[in-house]
Amino acid sequence: MALFDAVLELADDHLILGHRVSEWCGHAPMLEEDLAMPNMALDMIGTARTLYEHAARLEGKGRSEDDLAYLRVEREYRNLLLCERPNGDFAQTMLRQLYFAAFMEPYWKAALESSDEVIRGVAGKAVKEMAYHIRHAGEWVIRLGDGTSESAAKMQAAVQELHRYTDELFEESPASAEAVEKGILPARADMRGEWQRVIDMVFREALLEQPEIGFPQTGGRGGLHGECLGHLLAEMQYLQRAYPGAQW
Amino acid sequence: MVEATSLWEVFIRPRNGLSHKHVGSLHAADEVLALQAARDVYTRRGEGVSIWVVPSAAITASDPDQADENFDPTAEKIYRHPTFYDIPDDVGHM
Repeated sequence: MALFDAVLELADDHLILGHRVSEWCGHAPMLEEDLAMPNMALDMIGTARTLYEHAARLEGKGRSEDDLAYLRVEREYRNLLLCERPNGDFAQTMLRQLYFAAFMEPYWKAALESSDEVIRGVAGKAVKEMAYHIRHAGEWVIRLGDGTSESAAKMQAAVQELHRYTDELFEESPASAEAVEKGILPARADMRGEWQRVIDMVFREALLEQPEIGFPQTGGRGGLHGECLGHLLAEMQYLQRAYPGAQW
Repeated sequence: MVEATSLWEVFIRPRNGLSHKHVGSLHAADEVLALQAARDVYTRRGEGVSIWVVPSAAITASDPDQADENFDPTAEKIYRHPTFYDIPDDVGHM
């Protein structure tokens, strides 16, 4: 079941972050971003769907992608803590997206060599989407960081808030370590160099400083989440819980 | 936020070989964000393969009040349309 768990981790990352970004729909600071953010959310939810479907098939217990996405309890979600962090202000949302996409872009690029056909398929599509997310979020981080004194303060506050969650990006769970060994998934630690290069490049232009993190926050892969995930799930799962099997 | 941003006109090329066509406008702080916003707002359904953005302020437009004097005089110059001319039969299919 290691492969099932490893694919589920990736699917959870994309669904939870996708749901978070979708919370902006109708609330963005301007119309243009009100379309851009749901676009990004849909990219990630699309990736999650294919991965859940694949995980369900690997599990072979007759569960559907909806069962996996909507009918598990909090401790059964395996997403990174970064992905569940609340949207905060626009600066936090853009920085969270940059941190995630700057990791996933090289990850999917490496996954193009996977021995698993579905993973290769997902990677081919996702690598372009993540490249765009880096550009979109990166340009905003630069403009807010090197903007007015207010935007710069908010951007630096976002870095202080979120940077402690970035180490978890490079952590391998027992399940994903096994998938790496079998050549199905890339090694997460291998992405550190490229991630750091992109973050350094954006931060230099944005006049932002990377804080020293004494105590990196991790635990998502083991199902240890922040309180915020429970609230997210309550909203996300409401429909399937109240109307089991609902279709539209 | 919209107050701090300027207006841009968006042109999309639907396919290679066709020309860019005006599709609408949007607000953005600068040309890089304008291009990204154009991608997100105007190419959601595979509308194009290339985008141009132009500051709306850079466009000089004709005055609608001068429409009569600008455009009406051409109405009677029907000899400017190819259909005005009889093609000799010897020319064949054109």
